[in-house]
Amino acid sequence: MTHAATVHSLWTTAAAAPDKIPSPDIEYGQLSPTLIVLGAAIVGVLIEAFLPRRQRYVAQLFVSVVALAAAFAAVIGLAAGDYGTSKARVAAMGAIAVDGPALFLQGTILLVALVAVFTFAERRLDPVVHGNRVDSFAAQAAAVPGGDAEKAAVKAGFTTTEVFPLVLFAVGGMLVFPSANDLLTLFVALEVFSLPLYILCALARRHRALSQEAAVKYFLLGAFSSAFLLFGIALLYGYAGTVAYSGIADVVDGQVRNVTPALAGTMGNDALLLIGGAMVLMGLLFKIGAVPFHMWTPDVYQGAPTPVTGFMAAATKVAAFGALLRLLYVVLPGLRWDWRPVMWGVAIVTMLGGAIVAVTQTDVKRLLAYSSIAHAGFILAGVIATTPEGISSVLFYLAAYSFVTLGAFAVVTLVRDAGGEATHLSKWAGLGRRSPLVAAVFAVFLLAFAGIPLTSGFAGKFAVFKAAADGGAGALVVIGVISSAVAAFFYIRVIVLMFFSEPRTDGPSVAVPSPLTSSAIAIGVAVTLVLGVAPQYFLDLASQAGVFVR
Amino acid sequence: MNPVNYLYLAALLFTIGAAGVVIRRNAIVLFMCVELMLNACNLAFVTFSRLHGNLDGQIIAFFTMVVAAAEVVVGLAIIVTVFRSRHSASVDDASLMKL
Repeated sequence: MTHAATVHSLWTTAAAAPDKIPSPDIEYGQLSPTLIVLGAAIVGVLIEAFLPRRQRYVAQLFVSVVALAAAFAAVIGLAAGDYGTSKARVAAMGAIAVDGPALFLQGTILLVALVAVFTFAERRLDPVVHGNRVDSFAAQAAAVPGGDAEKAAVKAGFTTTEVFPLVLFAVGGMLVFPSANDLLTLFVALEVFSLPLYILCALARRHRALSQEAAVKYFLLGAFSSAFLLFGIALLYGYAGTVAYSGIADVVDGQVRNVTPALAGTMGNDALLLIGGAMVLMGLLFKIGAVPFHMWTPDVYQGAPTPVTGFMAAATKVAAFGALLRLLYVVLPGLRWDWRPVMWGVAIVTMLGGAIVAVTQTDVKRLLAYSSIAHAGFILAGVIATTPEGISSVLFYLAAYSFVTLGAFAVVTLVRDAGGEATHLSKWAGLGRRSPLVAAVFAVFLLAFAGIPLTSGFAGKFAVFKAAADGGAGALVVIGVISSAVAAFFYIRVIVLMFFSEPRTDGPSVAVPSPLTSSAIAIGVAVTLVLGVAPQYFLDLASQAGVFVR
Repeated sequence: MNPVNYLYLAALLFTIGAAGVVIRRNAIVLFMCVELMLNACNLAFVTFSRLHGNLDGQIIAFFTMVVAAAEVVVGLAIIVTVFRSRHSASVDDASLMKL
């Protein structure tokens, strides 16, 4: 052996003949909801590229609605085929779980997205500009606000129809997020649904500076939090030597079969597990909007175009809670004596913080933002239960809450004055005398937020608090009820303002929407009342769906 | 060299990036700090991959790079639109919304 070869053999070995790489086995049928939505999003991009501007709106709306409806039908088909219960399995080489919670949340997200697309497509609220009907989105997002390019774009009747493919991409990511079965898929899904949302936030037609500012804040804080999530994933990978949920769970439980020397070294290092788990939780709690990771919520909710806010508030929360549930119940159940006290603290400050700060708000959208923070706290109480009832109550609460949120923000788009939407609360004074129907509908949503009986909010809150109490979190329920009472104060205050104060002479008018927004609001009201009056069927559905596959 | 040293380096880089996001005021610099954090994650992934002797970590590093590239596209677009409408990339100037 020559000298060079001797030295070389110090750091190389003869390569073994490469094994055949097994071709991956993809269950297209079980992944069809996600595939349909992402495929339609790509079709939407092609429509933007090839169709003339005039035809894009109708084509995009058609593609989006059909795709979301088809994907929902696919979810129903999978659920009817017992994939939610007895045939629950892990698809796509272990990357995606097809089980009860995943299908339930995917169905919820798809319905929410379908209704949200109606509000995105609304074109009768803003006054006609240069003979063109306009929606809530900027004529040309790249044009400087107030500049010549923007004026030219408005005059030419441009509209940002890209919002439809962006929504579809976001929905695609959200469908994967709660069903992700390894940490890499979790991270990629998080980015796939976050990036379109950052862009959507920047696209408002009115108050563009505000909208762009919201987008910058959301983007920078979102990227910051996803970096934390990624480092947490790296540490968990270092701890367990794998990113698969079941693999990490085995290592956490100490049930791993063949322990390599390296794994034996890292397994004993609890710092990797605890810090990694905490950082991944941090990333998810940011998306949920739990205190102390909530700073972005009010600004982004206020600045984003209101249809986007409604979609984001409803669907992101569903997806992120799904991922949080799966992480805590599948990956880290062996660690629950460590994470439960932390989540207790987070739930308490989230419930109280959201409810108390909301009392001081003067803007409807900010008020709803803080109320969404408080609701995140209530849902966290159900997450902490660590019982099957905990899972099913959270699923039910998410379904109920998302439609209330969507409906409430859809009503906010209707109340307008010369500057666009009139979101300052003082302008809502006496709305009930001028437009009793709109005010009454908004009152229904507020009562549902407050958790008054016969609305879905009551059924959801009852289920969550009952699960938490049964799961040994009685003190948390007491705090939850107290903060519900605080929250009820400001919801009722808005109702009183609408119905029992004099209308202002310069007050806003209520725009008459097209059937699109009307049906979105009607669906919101219908779901709120049905889930409130007859929740049992849906509670049963949620409890059937409440078992994770591992 | 002991691979654990690379983990210390990754943690150090991550901390520098996180501290930069908190301290610096220019949106572009903030964004570069986030990218530094993502690259620190990559270093940690690759090191753990070496430690455990499996390739998962190296493949994840590729995914992270792709995601970071996508994030650059979206992030720079947003920051540039804000810069063009305000002639400032300072995040302290972005204060139209207050409590």
